[in-house]
Amino acid sequence: MAASIVLPLIAWLIISNLPGVNSTFLPSPQNVIEAFQRLGAKGVITQDTIASCIRVSAGFALSVAIAIPLGITMGAFTSIRALFEPIISLLRYMPAPAFIPLFIIYLGLNEEPKIALILVGTVFFNTLMIMDSVKFVPKDLIEVTYTLGGNRLQVLKSVITPYIIPSIIDTLRVNIATSWNLVVVAELVAAEDGLGKRILLAQRFLRTDEIFAYLIILGVIGFALDLAFRGVLKLSCRWAFD
Amino acid sequence: MHLEISNLYKQFLTKQGPLLALENINLHVETGELVCAVGASGSGKSTLLRLVAGLDQPTEGSITVDGVPIMGPGSDRGMVFQKYTLYPWMTVQKNVESGLKLQGMEAIQRRQRASYYLEMVGLAGFARALPKELSGGMKQRVAIARALACQPKILLMDEPFGALDVQTKEAMQLFLLDLWQRTHCTILMITHDVEEAVFLSQRIYVMTARPGTIQTEVHVELPMPRHYEIKRTQDFLSYKNAIIDRLRT
Repeated sequence: MAASIVLPLIAWLIISNLPGVNSTFLPSPQNVIEAFQRLGAKGVITQDTIASCIRVSAGFALSVAIAIPLGITMGAFTSIRALFEPIISLLRYMPAPAFIPLFIIYLGLNEEPKIALILVGTVFFNTLMIMDSVKFVPKDLIEVTYTLGGNRLQVLKSVITPYIIPSIIDTLRVNIATSWNLVVVAELVAAEDGLGKRILLAQRFLRTDEIFAYLIILGVIGFALDLAFRGVLKLSCRWAFD
Repeated sequence: MHLEISNLYKQFLTKQGPLLALENINLHVETGELVCAVGASGSGKSTLLRLVAGLDQPTEGSITVDGVPIMGPGSDRGMVFQKYTLYPWMTVQKNVESGLKLQGMEAIQRRQRASYYLEMVGLAGFARALPKELSGGMKQRVAIARALACQPKILLMDEPFGALDVQTKEAMQLFLLDLWQRTHCTILMITHDVEEAVFLSQRIYVMTARPGTIQTEVHVELPMPRHYEIKRTQDFLSYKNAIIDRLRT
């Protein structure tokens, strides 16, 4: 695993230090470390990271709060599925960034349109993937619950939901990546701070070293989140692993 | 307890048209009996058990328990499936408690009752294990304990040992006979294994296929308690052979 990160780093180090390579276009690792130090001293890294994290957390939390109950009930009840599936399948093909102008008109320029963008960009995928996971609950497990005196609501709550928790965690792990895409897009369009905003500013001043620094931050955050979700899955669903 | 099935028909609608799965089934089970329905695949024996469990509705005819018609599944008829149906995220203890919890029993009572039945199936030491840590035979013993914990009037078993290897299967048959004698529970079991049916049952319903009908009823008058050796006796073999002959016709 280490090699797959270290080797590109070495390649970058070598190429960016070759004579004739313009550091404005390809900053060297040293330049980027300096950019980190410079921005860190100004305090903008923490400020931007926190701003973006809050947007992602708010948008994705709303998305999850809608997707889990909706996905589970759509998976369990054909009538609810018939009601929501066609419209959701249509909506999810509309690229979320295309909604930004509308959200700005409706919600202004503050946090609301950014949160709305993340919500709209992830809620449909979250819902459909959770709905699909309900299909894999073994029929026998549901029937045995009925023979033990369970009713439909209890089957939903005590059998279907616990059974798909590993799938839900995995779904969130995959889809939170989308919310990081969207927060950067939103910040590129209109924002006071945030990782995307800082990248836009850096572009105006041709600070490619700062752009690189922020790209690395985005990569590290994404990687850390992925690891965190995997960790939560392993710890909380020991039963699902051999 | 008195289970009575009379003039029962079950028809399935398939793409090729209606399919008669069960035709004119008449059957009864009394308190404390261990009865097997034996038949080849396609004889509708699993369908029959599902109807008794209330997981499916008959096309015609009636099923009553103590004179009351069955209106869907309920904990008065415990069911053990061929496939492993333990909740994989729950410990063995929680699995056995699960039926009681669904019925709203208090935690303390639930724990006591579950421990009692775990003890009864010889798995008290595995209370904190997860199902994936158990062997196939142990999983089925937990499933039996879970069904019995609800104190059903009758225990329905759908090829409960069908997925087990031969040695485990024999051990489980002895276990079931022993359990049956200790608890005086009433059991209706489905199997395709004639030897298993003769070894376990007091009475056997022999079923033939397409459509599923009860060919004949056999009273097995072999002494209890039974042990492996009985399988080699002449009496046992003649029961077994007679039933196999019936299944061929």
